Amino acid sequence: MSAIIVLTAVSIAQLMLVAAMAIASIRMFVGPRAQDRIIALDTFYINAMLLLVTFGVGTGRVIYFEAALVIGMLGFVATVALAKFLMRGEVIE
Amino acid sequence: MIHEAADLPLPAAIAVATFLLLGATLTLIGAVGFLKLPTFYERIHAPTLGTSWGIGGIMLGSMIFFSVASERLVIHEILIGVFVTITTPVTFMLLARAALHRDRTEKNPKVPAKQTGNP
Repeated sequence: MSAIIVLTAVSIAQLMLVAAMAIASIRMFVGPRAQDRIIALDTFYINAMLLLVTFGVGTGRVIYFEAALVIGMLGFVATVALAKFLMRGEVIE
Repeated sequence: MIHEAADLPLPAAIAVATFLLLGATLTLIGAVGFLKLPTFYERIHAPTLGTSWGIGGIMLGSMIFFSVASERLVIHEILIGVFVTITTPVTFMLLARAALHRDRTEKNPKVPAKQTGNP
């Protein structure tokens, strides 16, 4: 019984997160400007991170947590670098 | 080490399911708002729904699941939660400043001019 409840909730949550990723990628294609695309990328990787954590709950493995942590850290650096590029026109001054 | 969902007691399973669905729903609402809102400065607010309670709900669900399944306190998901909570305002602040800078450079009439001098 509890396996059915948890696995159903994990499946629905994964569908919702994939839908959120699809919406973020639509915004990434539509634009209209560079800052919109960067925020879409930010939303996209955060949703991917949440999707990995739900995979971890679904399969019962702890290894997915570490992948999610790495995605979170790299995504932060990427977004900051892109924002800096928009501000100054170069990343390393 | 694999933990089976079938080993969970029923109240813990219901709590895990509730928190997972809460987090995923709020993330989806944030994404929809991100698509629907008209201007950039309004759009920047919507994804924070996913980075506050979206992260919070799913991390709480995961913490309850692994703590109950392995019968000890497993709270390393707090790391992701704290990290995202700290970094999201930084990135969005930087992006909003960059967008404002670009709009002012283009003399966009919809953004306020730069404040100069003492108030």
